[in-house]
Parts: sequence; C-alpha cells; structure tokens
Amino acid sequence: MSTPYAKLPAWADYGLIPVINLAVAFVVAGFVVLLVGENPFRAAAVLVEGAFGRGQGIAFTLFYATTFIFSGLSVAVAAHCGLFNIGGEGQGYIAGLGIGIVCLAFDSVLPWWLTFPLAIIAAAAMGALWALIPAYLQAKRGSHIVITTIMFNFIAASVMVYALVGFLKPANSMAPQTRTFLDGAQLPKLNWVIELFGAKIRSAPFNISFLLALAMAFLVWVLIWRTKLGYEMRTYGHSPKAARYAGISETRIIIVAMMISGALAGMMALNPTMGDQHNVALEFVSGAGFVGIAVALMGRLHPVGIVLAAILFGMLYQGGAELAFEMPAISRDMIVIIQGLVILFAGALEHMFRPYVQALFASFSPRSVGMEAIKGKGA
Amino acid sequence: MAQAAIELIGINKSFGAVRANRDINLEIVRGTIHGIVGENGAGKSTLMSILYGFYQADSGEIRVGGQPASIKSPNDAIALGIGMVHQHFMLVDNFTVLENVILGAESDALLKKSIAKARSELERLEREYGLEVDPDAIIEELPVGLQQRVEILKALYRGAEILILDEPTGVLTPAEADHLFRILKQLKEQGKTILLITHKLREIMAITDTVSVMRQGTMVATRETKKTTVEELAELMVGRRVLLRVEKGEAEAGGVKLAVKNLTVKDSRGVTMVDDISFDVRAGEIVGIAGVAGNGQSEMLEAISGIRRAVSGSVMLDGKPIDLTGAADPGELRDRGLAHVPEDRHHVGLVLAFEENENSILGYHDDPRYLKGPFLNIDAIRDDAKDRIAKYDIRPADCRLKTANFSGGNQQKIVLAREMEQDPGVLIVGQPTRGVDVGAIEFIHKRLIAMRDQGKAVLVVSVELDEIRSLSDRILVMFAGRIVGERGPEATEGELGLLMAGVERQEAAE
Repeated sequence: MSTPYAKLPAWADYGLIPVINLAVAFVVAGFVVLLVGENPFRAAAVLVEGAFGRGQGIAFTLFYATTFIFSGLSVAVAAHCGLFNIGGEGQGYIAGLGIGIVCLAFDSVLPWWLTFPLAIIAAAAMGALWALIPAYLQAKRGSHIVITTIMFNFIAASVMVYALVGFLKPANSMAPQTRTFLDGAQLPKLNWVIELFGAKIRSAPFNISFLLALAMAFLVWVLIWRTKLGYEMRTYGHSPKAARYAGISETRIIIVAMMISGALAGMMALNPTMGDQHNVALEFVSGAGFVGIAVALMGRLHPVGIVLAAILFGMLYQGGAELAFEMPAISRDMIVIIQGLVILFAGALEHMFRPYVQALFASFSPRSVGMEAIKGKGA
Repeated sequence: MAQAAIELIGINKSFGAVRANRDINLEIVRGTIHGIVGENGAGKSTLMSILYGFYQADSGEIRVGGQPASIKSPNDAIALGIGMVHQHFMLVDNFTVLENVILGAESDALLKKSIAKARSELERLEREYGLEVDPDAIIEELPVGLQQRVEILKALYRGAEILILDEPTGVLTPAEADHLFRILKQLKEQGKTILLITHKLREIMAITDTVSVMRQGTMVATRETKKTTVEELAELMVGRRVLLRVEKGEAEAGGVKLAVKNLTVKDSRGVTMVDDISFDVRAGEIVGIAGVAGNGQSEMLEAISGIRRAVSGSVMLDGKPIDLTGAADPGELRDRGLAHVPEDRHHVGLVLAFEENENSILGYHDDPRYLKGPFLNIDAIRDDAKDRIAKYDIRPADCRLKTANFSGGNQQKIVLAREMEQDPGVLIVGQPTRGVDVGAIEFIHKRLIAMRDQGKAVLVVSVELDEIRSLSDRILVMFAGRIVGERGPEATEGELGLLMAGVERQEAAE
C-alpha cells in the first residue's frame, strides 16, 4: 500500500500556500531590515506605496512584469516537458542581436506596427536557435541541459559584447550600444490606460509588449493543455518512459519544447529594447532570465500564476528602487536580499509549509481534503 | 498459557480522511508464525509501519512483551527487538554482506574494529539459524534468495526477537520460497516470533500457526490456520465469495497472429537478457510466460512492444514482419494492431499526474478521433473516457480525477480499457494483476478470456504462477533469457517450478 496523501482544495493549493510562503519571506525580510536599523513596517509601506501608490509606480511595476512574464513562461514551457531551461538569460540576450539588426534596418522605412512583428520573429528565432543547440545535445548526446544552458549564457554574453563593440555600434561612438532607434522601432506606450483611471504619469516605459506578453500567456495555456504537442510535452515531462511507450519521439519533443521555451525567452528582449531604451545595450537583460525561474515556480507553472507572480516581482523591482531611494540604510543590495528571500520561500521551499496546511485542513474538515470518496469506494 | 509477544490495542490511523486502520486489536503469541492477509489497501502495510515506527498511530496502544511501548522510529522498534524484512530490500548493492549487516550498527568509529567484532557474531548467527551466506560476498553478485537471507541476518544481528516479513516471496522461485519457509520454521523453534504479511493464501496455509484477515482498515477475523480453508480466507478478505480459478472453455486456436523470431535483447549494461527466443501466439489462445522475475521477461515485452531496441529479432504481426533491431516505434506496432499493457503501470502505462481521461488516450493521442487539427478534442476524449469508466466499472466514476487517486486495481482497469477498446489483434500483458485487489483480479481475468474468445491472440507474462496456470492455454517457461520449456495448463506447480529454477528438462520430467 502506498502512503495516501491528503489533497488540498484548489483555492488553498493555488492561493493560500503561495500567500503563506510570501508572508514568511516578508517576515524574514523584515528581520533583515530591522538588523540594519530601519523600521520594517515603514519599509514595507514604502515598498508597496512605491509599486502601486501612484500611476507612475504602477506603470513601472507593469513594465518590469512584462519582461518577467516572458521569462517565466519560457521556464514553464520547458518545465512542463521536464526540462530545466536556465538559459533564458542568454536566450533573451542573444535575441537582442536579432532585434538590433531588424530595428536598425527597418526603423527608418517602416512604421512601428510593421517593425514590431519582424522584431518579434527575429527575437523568437534567435532565442529558439540559442536553445536549439543545448536541446540537441541533451536529446542526442545526453549532455545535461542545465549545464549547457548555463554555458550558453556566457557564450551569449560574449557574442553580444563582440557585436555591440563591433558591427552594431555606430562607427564614431565610444559606447558599446546601438544608435537610438527611430520612431519606426519605438513601441507605443500604454501609460494612457493607467491614466484613464485618473492617475498622472510623468514618463514610464510601460508599453505595448505587455499585451504581447498576455497574449503569449494565453497561447502557452492553449499549447500546454489544449494541443497534442502540449499533451506530448506533459507526458514526457511527467514520465519519459510513458512517453516512449506512447510512441513519442524523445529527440523531437525535447528539441521542440526547448525551441518554444527559447523563443519565449527571446521575446522578453523586446520590452527593454524597443519599449524602453530604444537601443540594444550591454547587459540589457540584467538578470530577468533568472527571475523567470522564480516567477515560473511561484506561478506553479500555470500562465495565470506566472502573470500574477511576474507582477509581484515587478512590484519588488519598482518598490525596491523606491525603497533604496527613500531609506538610505537600505541599499540596492538589500532589495536583492529581499527578492532572494521571496525566491527562497516561494520557489525553492515551496512545499515547506504544505504538510502543516494539509494536517490543519484534515483536522478541521476531513471532507474538504476529498479523500474518503476516492479510497472508500475502490474496487 | 502462551505469552503475547506483541499486543495491539485499539489502533487507529487516518491519512486525511482515509481511515487506514480502524480500531485494530491483535495479539501475537510468542514463538509462533502469525500471518496477516488482506487485499491491497486493506491496511496491512500501515499497521506494520506503525509497529515498526514509520508512522505513529492516532490512538491505541502497543505492548511489547506485556509492557506498553512507545515506538516513534525504527530505532525504537529495533531497541524493542522488532526487526523488519522489507519487500524491497534495503541493501547497498556494492557492499559486502558483512558491511551491509553492520550498516548503521557500527560499534566503533573505525570500521575495521566493528567489522572484526561483527564477523564472529555473524558467523554465530549463521550457524545457529542455518542461514549460510559468505560474509565477504558482494550483495549484487548474490541471488535474490540469498539477499533476503542477508536482510534476515541484519534483523537478527540487531537482536530481533520479533521478525516482520512484508511479502517475502514475491521475488523468489518456489524452491527459494520453500527454503525461506524452512528458515522461518527454524527461527520459530529457536523461540523467535514471526509476522508474515502476504496476499498469497497458499503460503499462509503452508506455514503459519495463526492468521488474521484485514479488510478496509479493520481486522475482520483471526483464525487458527489448521481450522480454516483458503476459500474461507478469500471470502473474509473480499467480503464475498470469490472464484479463485477462472472458468473458461476450451481454446479454439486459429492461425498464428504474433510470431516472435530469434529475439535477442541486451540491457543497458550490455548483459544479454533475452537470448535468441522464438515463439508463436495464435488467434484465440492465451499464451502465458512463467518465470521468476528478472529472467528476461521484462526486456522481452519491451522489445516486442517496440520500447526497447533488440539486438536481433523481428515480430510477425498478421504475417507481416517488423524488424525490432532498428528504431522500432511503439506507435507503428500499435497501428499494426499490437496493444500492450505494460508491467509498470505507474511509470510506463500511465502518467499518474494526469486526469483519468488524459490517460485514456496515451499512445492513441495521434488518433484523429481525439484531435481537431493540432488541438485536442477534449469533448471526444472525455466522452470516450466516460464510456470506458462505465463499461469497465472503474471507480470512482470521474474522468477528471487525477489518476494517482485511483486504487491499483482501478488504475490497471484504466490501462486495460484503453488497450482492449482499440480492438487490437494482439494483446500483450505484463503482470496483469500486480498490486491489484482480489475483486479486480477476477474482473481482469474474465476480460482477458473474453478477448481470447473473440479470437484475439493474448500473451500474458506474470510472475504469479497461479495466474499463469489458470489463464493460459499454453505455458512457456523463461529462465535466464531462454524459453526452457512448454507445458499445457494441466502442468503441476512442481513441474513448472523446476523449469523456472533452471533445472534441466530431463530432470523435471522425472
């Protein structure tokens, strides 16, 4: 007899447990704030106020969230296929190359709404290509994807330095970045949407790629749960042996899943380049690829959860910046510590409190865990 | 008056809302062999886990040797003289016997001293109980029967007076099982108390003094073994009368449906597991492959179904040959009418994390019935799943439930329903009723015979000799990767047992 385990109702599984994890992360973060001699309650207030208090803050929060949605989806797609793609950083970075070339070539001739689709394709293609090589090595040679994708992050960084100090840079410039994109490669802002609700925004980079991110979240949901390909990916992800039994080609499914994952990671480059800086600069990804891992884990690999988790991390980024500004004792590094704690509790220690919550549920209302109906009637 | 070695009083244990043990009372008399039988999920393992300290009871009392005992971990159990031989051995394969025996009970910080001390103690135990094993042999080089002896020695070395054996004969040949029983009897004569957990009623009758029956978490009866029968125990286990042998008519075998030719298969380490075997299965017959686990049956099934690449060999399906040495694709074989119920339903035949309906298309997800372009036709999939749930009496009747939440028997029915409903010409089944409760066994056997009577070719591989004997129209015995004999269903257990143990045919015939 296998050990039966109690199930939790969905709202507890997807709502209560993440909230508990988050609360614990903030409590521990509060102690860290206390340690540097600041008031944790005021710090929390500043953080939330900074992220959601004014229209400006909301716009920035959503701007950061946009990138994290893409990188979170990228991690999730691979994870559903049982693959841990931690190369989102490099796949996003190298996509900047594709975006740079498309934008520099077309920004003077095409309007943004024609450049944008081309740039999407270029970004997705570069990201997918960058994921293809580790995927092929995993599928055909058994080289572990975690190792190869990490190595490819470094390669991508080097390639981008080479490109940005070389052919992408204007000839007479000293800065390792492309020239500023013209109007034809600048994405329209979405700040007016927030202003509809009466907020005032001076300037914020919240742009139309947010809508692309939401569309991708929906498409990922369709892919994973409504298509044959998604079914095959999930089968392989849960049990490679069952996939073999079902006649699913291991090589094909690994390569396809990784390319989709890479394409999504590539798309995250659109937001900071075309949406914000209007150029491609060194290190423009700045760790968003890695944040995607935490976002995906916290969002329980479900697109809805990923969007919510991405907004949470956007809040931490934006609110954290405000916090560093308002409370000098809390430096930028402290913010990274707080983010790290959130990742630790919500991601790595995701199941730490689960047994206690289950025991609690079981003792209060045995029926809510829904096991009796299942086991009692077994033939 | 005999003294109780262990008394369990009013033991209750729930997991969430599942009451795995309800108000269990049990008294085990010192110096006896006490059997506990019950279907899978009846709560036997939970009860033993409580006794051995893996779980704590929610309420109730355990007394060992008349004294109330608190068993919070296996260490407590060992200190009280309770030892356990697990169904899946807890041995380190690349350690020697001696090293395994002292593992976790090292008496000294330096290994050398502990080993020297342990050696003499181990030799004394081996002599005393007739449990001869070379202390310096490496575990992975020992046959399964001897590995089990090491497990028993481990328990005795730790001073066990009470031995719990969980399904000890699952991996043994009949001869090895007999040997084990002799050892157990000897242990009993030396005053040890033995608790034997099993679902094989024959073993209970052969060796125990007393037998207790569990059903759905409760202890339904305790009988003196001499005064009960297999039929009575089976009825107590299931709660109704069961047919222990399937009723079936004569086979009307037709033409050859499946022909396996010169099949040789190596495992991942390059060891030849299947050695040039050939056989036929005809329409309208069930061919059973008997053998002790690990004699190449698993590899043979995987090769025939296209999961594992063969070194040489082919199958003929309806007269058309398919080479198994290339990248044989399970999908292609499936399209040609070969359905496969794999041995390992948890990792191969099902994806436990999937909803039931998602598993009901596994392997057939390319079928246009279930697709709308690249999209899954969710309605068609669920409708089909619901039909099968009704037809195969799968419980609970909920096609959206996670597969992991179905019982073993119902999970097996999900796989069988999927494979049988494709109306295949050939059905190959590995371990049709492993981990399946008695009630479902009857159902599954009837279905397999119904398939046969519809003129399908059915190949059954099972390590349960009783199952092979009651289902098969022809029995092939596999030993060390070869087919060492063919017998009719009337073959005696002893005859098949000798073949399974690799004894030459001539001797077996005597």
